Amino acid sequence: MATIPVMGVVAIIVFGLIHISPTDPAAVIAGDYATPAHVEEIRQQLQLDRPIHEQFLTWVGHVLSGDLGDSIFSERPVLQLILARLEPTVSLALMTILVAVVIAVPIGVVAAWQARTVLDRALMLLATLGISVPAFWIGYLLIFSVALDLGWLPVQGYASLSEGLWPFLSHLILPSITLGTAYAALIARITRASMLEVMGQDYIRTARAKGLPMRKVLIGHALRAAAIPIVTVIGLGFALLIGGVVITESVFAIPGIGRLTVDSIQRKDIPVIQGVLLVFSAVYVVVNLLVDLLYTLLDPRIRYAG
Amino acid sequence: MTDANPPVLALEALETRVRIGRASFPAVDGVSLELGQGESLAIVGESGCGKSMLALSVMGLLDPQVARIVSGRILFDGTDIAHLPQHRLRTLRGRDISMIFQEPMSSLNPVLTIGRQVAEVVRQHEGLSPRAARERAVEMLSLVQIPDPRSRAAAYPHQLSGGMRQRVLIAIALACSPRVLLADEPTTALDVTVQAQILELIMSLQQRLGMALVLITHDLGVVAETVSRVVVMYAGRKVEEASTTDLFARPAHPYTQGLLGSLPSRARSEGLRRLRAIRGVVPPLTAPRQGCLFASRCPHAVDGCREEAPALGRVGPGHTVACWRAGELGDGP
Amino acid sequence: MRNPPRAFRTETQASAGKPAGVVAATLSRLWRNPTACFGGTLLALLAASAVLAPLLAQHDPLALVPAERLRAPSHEHLFGTDMLGRDLYARVLHGGRLSLTVGILTAVICSLVGLAIGLVAGFSRLADALIMRVMDGIMAIPGILLAIALATIVGGGVSTIVLAIAVPEVPVVVRVVRGVVLTLREQTYVEAARSLGTRPGRILLRHILPNSLAPLIVQATYICGLAILIEAYLSFLGAGIPPEFPSWGNIMAEGRGFVLIAEWIILIPGAFVAATVLSLNLLGDALRDMLDPRTRRAL
Repeated sequence: MATIPVMGVVAIIVFGLIHISPTDPAAVIAGDYATPAHVEEIRQQLQLDRPIHEQFLTWVGHVLSGDLGDSIFSERPVLQLILARLEPTVSLALMTILVAVVIAVPIGVVAAWQARTVLDRALMLLATLGISVPAFWIGYLLIFSVALDLGWLPVQGYASLSEGLWPFLSHLILPSITLGTAYAALIARITRASMLEVMGQDYIRTARAKGLPMRKVLIGHALRAAAIPIVTVIGLGFALLIGGVVITESVFAIPGIGRLTVDSIQRKDIPVIQGVLLVFSAVYVVVNLLVDLLYTLLDPRIRYAG
Repeated sequence: MTDANPPVLALEALETRVRIGRASFPAVDGVSLELGQGESLAIVGESGCGKSMLALSVMGLLDPQVARIVSGRILFDGTDIAHLPQHRLRTLRGRDISMIFQEPMSSLNPVLTIGRQVAEVVRQHEGLSPRAARERAVEMLSLVQIPDPRSRAAAYPHQLSGGMRQRVLIAIALACSPRVLLADEPTTALDVTVQAQILELIMSLQQRLGMALVLITHDLGVVAETVSRVVVMYAGRKVEEASTTDLFARPAHPYTQGLLGSLPSRARSEGLRRLRAIRGVVPPLTAPRQGCLFASRCPHAVDGCREEAPALGRVGPGHTVACWRAGELGDGP
Repeated sequence: MRNPPRAFRTETQASAGKPAGVVAATLSRLWRNPTACFGGTLLALLAASAVLAPLLAQHDPLALVPAERLRAPSHEHLFGTDMLGRDLYARVLHGGRLSLTVGILTAVICSLVGLAIGLVAGFSRLADALIMRVMDGIMAIPGILLAIALATIVGGGVSTIVLAIAVPEVPVVVRVVRGVVLTLREQTYVEAARSLGTRPGRILLRHILPNSLAPLIVQATYICGLAILIEAYLSFLGAGIPPEFPSWGNIMAEGRGFVLIAEWIILIPGAFVAATVLSLNLLGDALRDMLDPRTRRAL
């Protein structure tokens, strides 16, 4: 399958990041205040004096056995750091996907149904605005208006499910709106486009000729047939989520993988950055694989070819 | 039409206009016709003559941003349905008046099973339970002579051939035993061998179920063996109407004569060595409409033809034609 | 070399011969489209404000006036002041220059590089396989993350930022260009030209390039908007433009600590980013709809 070469390229890129730095990688890792002896020690430790392809293979070997290296800052294994912060990020991501899909798909359907009317143009303008606005800006705006001025929701932080359903949800609402705006906007746009494409097809005319009410034509026929591009975008747009998680956790002080990334950037903790990139890319690839699998379920032409 | 057999469907001076840019043009220009219970009628004409628009107007399936019924009445069982709101029209569509279309390959939803698409109509109009609807779907599939209907019902459209798909579409159209079936070029997109089968199927079902049938086609050859009456349309207007036998024996309108003259079988039977084509082309929708619209192509046109449009006049029992010179011309150039 | 006969020309090909005419026709159609009009006007206003920044801003964007720190927007300081007493209006306008420059530079670089790679991929089946795998790999890493990583590791500065933003976007352009090349190669008139012995260079010039231009411009518009957005993100995270040069992103980054008492420091530049990116997206959409052959014919 094509996944393997793709992951291979990802690995090369992630690995190569250290080496495209104009300065000596060991010096970068050692940090600004390291002594030359320390830098040399690091160079030995990380085997940076070996030929590059050897380094790469060793690195790949480590990765495949679960060793993503150690953080420069905290000197703990990268993998452990990532796993510790998994729960908040995953909760946020799932909540965001749920909220985004539930809001965006109906908007897209309505926009397609009322195509070219004022409602349609307004909805699509809103959607375009959604992908044009920086997520952290929305975050601060929300914090400002809803949490501070109105006091309905907590300003920052994360509450695990074990602390209760409402604390869990209330802490996730603003972050998921922030994170999900661009994602939802994309989904709404593609839903509308796909629906419009489908609604021009002959089988929709047949459905109407049967005397079915508009609701059934739109959802039972049009949406069913339009599902594939929509699901594709839900998968592809996941990349937006991954990128946005970094920002959102930063704004809302959620102790997840995103925060880890931001902190690592500021500390130039390269092994962690590499580890995070690998993990995120792998997740993204897996999500897209799932989407591919979903195709076979959605489109009988793929399932029963011929 | 006698009072004993009131028409199930009647059009009175129906005018449907199509919007192009800022102007609108008549696609159906004052057409009237009547269809009795259980009768079969063909509407014949070249593409662009408005016959499909006529069917869509009856079904209320016009795209409101593109076309509208502007004047005239459409009487179904005596009630004018031309301007009924959509939610009322929906109860008629699929149940009392059904339509099948020209493109069987693309007229079925690719992601739903055949059985589901047939059962849907029945569930919608007769409120049957899913199981009962499925049973009816299988019945209908066997009615349209699809082999092994029960397992076919679980199949998807892409697994069926064009002819099979058209049978399914017929099954869908007839599932609720409608009073009127509009068939818009049902065989044009099919292989020649399959065309005859489908036509035969439609005709036999029509007789069995006692439906009124409107068969829309551009092919006069199809008409001869199937329907009892024919309406000829040209550029949105009705130019001739007659029983099938009369139309073929004594075509009164020069256009009809031209159409018949271009039939290979007929030409052969008349001992002609070349097909006769009608010179010129169908006027575009946007062309100005003055006088007889066929005049520019008519071998018998005189000045008066271009000035005033001829009204329909009788030339025989049940035989009307819109031509100034109908009386003088006899039946063929 | 004779042109392909009129019957074989696509619409784009026919009009590609007269660039000035195409531009004029495009502009007049854009004018009629309300969203394009809105987007275009907005963009023009923002661009003008950036270009005319020195004229419009009364205060020096870099001048520290601690006595006036954290003042709310007022007559004297239209957008208020930041934590070092600098006039925000001046900083935002000057920041616009930087942000817009980054956007345009990125769009141009992406387009050129993507064009080159896409052409190679379209013409050479061998190179195609390799190139597309690499592009897929790049696209597998979420764009922002890759940009962040690149920017962090390679260091700051405008040129690195531009590079960091451009790299994740190049694959999209490559896809588009490659798609055009592959489609056109199948067209009969190109085959005809080749069979007549036209050199590949000429085919490139007369057929491929004009037809790639339109989708390329659409992509470039989107990329410009995306670049401005990513710059905002990067600078906000501290991995972008160094704070000496005001950009919309780093103005907001500096305002983070003061969001509770001086929210305008984040909200105003953010609004500018939103407006600019919105106008670019609207323009991109309008251009794309116009250049889509299906909607073109419906004129």
